[in-house]
Formats: sequence, C-alpha cells, structure tokens
Amino acid sequence: MINTFWELFLSATSQGLLWSLMAIGVYLTFRILDLADMTAEGSFPLGGAIATMCLIKGINPILATLAAFVGGLIAGFVTGVLNTKLRIPSLLAGIITMTGLYSITSRVMQNAANVSLLGKDTIFTIAQNWGLSRNNAVILMGVIVVFIVIALLVIFFRTEIGLAMRATGDNIQMSAANGIKTQGMKILGYMISNGCIALSGALLAQNNGFADLNSGVGTIVIGLASIIIAEVLLRNLSIGARLLTLVLGAIIYRLILALVFQMNVEPSDAKLASALVLVICLALPNFHLPHNLKKGDKNVSSLKN
Amino acid sequence: MSQVLKIKDLHQTFEQGTVNENRVLRGINLELAAGDFVTIIGSNGAGKSTLLNSIAGTLPIKQGKIILNGNDITKLPVTRRAEKISRVFQDPKMGTAVRLTVEENLALAMKRGQKRGFRAGVKKKDRDFFKSQLAQLNLNLENRLETEIGLLSGGQRQAITLLMATLQRPDLILLDEHTAALDPKTSITVMQLTEKLINEQNLTAFMVTHNMEDAIRYGNRLIMLHQGRVALDLTEKEKKSLTVTKLMEMFQEQVGAEVKDDAMLLA
Repeated sequence: MINTFWELFLSATSQGLLWSLMAIGVYLTFRILDLADMTAEGSFPLGGAIATMCLIKGINPILATLAAFVGGLIAGFVTGVLNTKLRIPSLLAGIITMTGLYSITSRVMQNAANVSLLGKDTIFTIAQNWGLSRNNAVILMGVIVVFIVIALLVIFFRTEIGLAMRATGDNIQMSAANGIKTQGMKILGYMISNGCIALSGALLAQNNGFADLNSGVGTIVIGLASIIIAEVLLRNLSIGARLLTLVLGAIIYRLILALVFQMNVEPSDAKLASALVLVICLALPNFHLPHNLKKGDKNVSSLKN
Repeated sequence: MSQVLKIKDLHQTFEQGTVNENRVLRGINLELAAGDFVTIIGSNGAGKSTLLNSIAGTLPIKQGKIILNGNDITKLPVTRRAEKISRVFQDPKMGTAVRLTVEENLALAMKRGQKRGFRAGVKKKDRDFFKSQLAQLNLNLENRLETEIGLLSGGQRQAITLLMATLQRPDLILLDEHTAALDPKTSITVMQLTEKLINEQNLTAFMVTHNMEDAIRYGNRLIMLHQGRVALDLTEKEKKSLTVTKLMEMFQEQVGAEVKDDAMLLA
C-alpha cells in the first residue's frame, strides 16, 4: 500500500514537473499580462511534434527540445501580432492561431496523427545512460529544465523590460503614459509563454514516447488548474516564489488525477476529471472558509467576475 | 519666454455623423510659455478632459494641431509623447501599477520615454535617490521601497504618481483633477506637493480642477472652458484680485444667462 502510494507520488512528481512548464506559460499570459490565450492548445502539440521529428532525424535531444521552444516562440508571436497590431481580441486571436497550428503541426508530423519515438534517444535517455531509473531520469531532467526556466524568468522580470512587461499587464494606461511600448510587451509575453508551453509539449512527447497531433485538447485547463491550486494553497507571493509554487500546483494536480484513476475510470474520463478538479479549485475559495484562509485572496477573487 | 505648447484650432467630435454627434471641442487655440502653470476650470462636458487627452495622445486628433517645443506631435502615439509629457490621473489607481513595489514603479518612471533593455530594472544606485525623493513627501514612504503600491492609500499613491511624473523632468505635466478623488486634508497635501514640485523644477503645467479656489490660488494663468471653447483666459495679474464670486460674474458676462445651471455646478 505504502509502496503503491510512493510510486504514485513519484510518477505524479515526474509528470507534474513536465506539466509545470505548461502552467508557467499559461501564468505568464493569464496572470502577468491579464490575457486569455488559447494558443496553448496549439503550441503544446507543436512543441511535441517539432521535438519528435528532430529526434527522429537524429538531432541532439537538447537541440531538439530547444527547437520546440523556438516553435512556441513563433506561435506566440503570431497570436501577439493578431492581438495587438490587427486588434483582434486576445481570446479570438488565440483560437485563430490554435486552429491554424493544427494544420502546421500536422505538416510537421508529415500528415501522421502519431509519430513514435521508439528506440530513439531523448533528453531522458541521456540521464538514463548515467545509470538512473526511467522515473528518476525524468525527475532529474524535469528539475533541471524547470529550474533553468524559472531562474531565467526571475532574472528577466527584474530587468527594465521585465518590469515594463509586468506593468503592462497591471496597468496599461499608466504603462503607455510612461512610454512603455505596451504592444511590444504583449507580443513578447505571448512569445515567452508559448515557448514554455511548447517546451512542456516537447518534454511530455519524449516522456510518452510519441508525438500526438491531438494532444493539445484540454491542456490549457491543466495549466489553469495548476495555477489555481498554487494560488489557493499560498497567496500573494512574489513572482519567483509564485513560479515555484506552480510546480507544486502541477504536481498536486497530477496526484489528484492519479488518485482518480485508482478508482477504475476509463482513460477518456481524464478530461472530465480535469474539468471537475478545476471547478472544485475555482469554487472552493468562494464558499465560507475560515477567515484566515480567505484573507488577502486578491488573485483568485478576480476570477469571480 | 520660449513657447512650450501651441494648440492650433483643435476640434474633437464624438460619434461624428450620428444623431448622437457631440462636438466637445470647437476650435481651441492656446499657447503656453515655458514655466506657465495653467489651471483649467469648466462645468461637466466643457471639454477639459478631452483637451488633456488630446494633448497626451490618448484621443486621436482629426482636426487641429498640437505643437510641443516647435515639433508637431499631432500624430504621435501616447508612448512617443511620453518622452516629453508626463501625466497624473484623477483616479489614484490609474497612475501606478498596483502589483509592483514602490521602487519598481519609480524605476519605471525614471525610464519614461527612454529605451528599456536588459539592465536591472531597479538599480542599486537609484535606491538612495528614490529614498531622498520619497522623504520630501513627508508621508513616511522612504522606508517602504519594497511595499506593493496596492497596499498604500489613495493619497500616498497620488503623491507617488506626482513624484513619478517629475522624476525625469517633463517638458509638460498634465494634471487631470488629480486631487478630486482624495479627502479634503489629503487633497491639500497633494496640492501643496504639486506646487512645490512644479516650482522647484520650473515646470510647464496644465491642471484641470473642479475646485475654483484651487484654480485661483495655484498657477499663473487661469482658463475657463465652456462648450468646447476658451471662455476666459486670465493672466497672473488678473488672477491676483480674483475671488470665486468675481470669477462667476465674469463667466456669466462672457457666456450670457444660459449658464445658470452650469454656475450651480461650478459653485
């Protein structure tokens, strides 16, 4: 019993680490820039596809993963331009890019819905070659990538441009009045966000052993759920601490899902379970909780509207 | 005295060509010399905020010209105008980014209109400068550099916004009823701070106000807008002997009896 739980926990940790990049990406647009960006569901499978096709061509796994990140940057750039320069509302701009990306990802995968990575080197086999078990290899690589991404983001958000981006999401009129190029900041935000999401897609494809054209459906909910869990657990943190708690949120979310699957449900029920978990996490803070839990609940309350 | 701002035949019409067509500005002509501190009054709908928004660039201009320091800025976007123009809004929430700290907000304002890069957003050497600047506000903010702005009161935030607007000396500062949302005591503090900052840096300023006494007490020139036109333009000399009652009388003379309702609003 304890062994099963420990295994569940380890598997949730490895999965959660890889999914946390999705959560970080969604957080950048959803919380920092205050934009609803559906591009996520297109850039996620795109990242998986790019990494997989690169690996099949025998490209170094690290380069393949970086290529996926660049693919995400470009996807985000497109949404950013649609939203700012062509003045299409952010939700629609994301849906448009997401829809178009389906065809592009299909092209990248040479019109196959699934591409297997069987027997190919991945970023995880590198670590396995050092003598680690599969799960430990995933956890180690996950920790390394997530740590690098969070460290870079924390440094970025302390620079002049980083401050300007946070101000843009916080108060766009004040930002413009201070000469911040708010459109450029939004485009850059979309890019970094979708870069992280494509990175998540690339790592998960390597972990699953295949790229899946349809793997994007419902992924934004996973990102959101992780964010909400993190915010419900720990409120009002600085950006660096918040990014770290997103990892925690993603792992907890995986754990909840793993527990749900212990109850003999069909794999296809996962999406419904995801949706329900998100409903519970969003609704919970609105019920009468003890006051010390509700205090300072700034982030979540904005979701009520 | 050199001329800082010139407004040439500025018109603004909202919902043009519809039944709701509203001609808010009907040919504004104004010139501001360097160091002018102009107060603007007028009833609701007279066009005060529209005039300020046109100068700041938040409203596109179809008819008329705005010239700043000899350069035509009529077509420039807000972000470009921000190099030379700073602004304090009526709503204390508008002037600062709530989730950023005091020092982060000040650092943003330090770079107003300049290129932003990958250098540290808040620089160590700037912290002492920020502290000394905050100290002169007398609001005990100098030790709260790392406090989130959202945790401060409206008055404190408005004082910080004022400071931000003057950290980099602007060629023109726009104050849009910036004390209207504050309680009377805080309002006085912020007004005194406004005057101090404007005098110290010898700024050219435009201040919209609903408070007739403030309009008379502060600045060296008073303009009254009525129905999108300049109804009164009083010099420093004329202002000295002015009272609220006298101002009302002059206003009535200028625009006739039809403004009884406006007079009520203004009083």
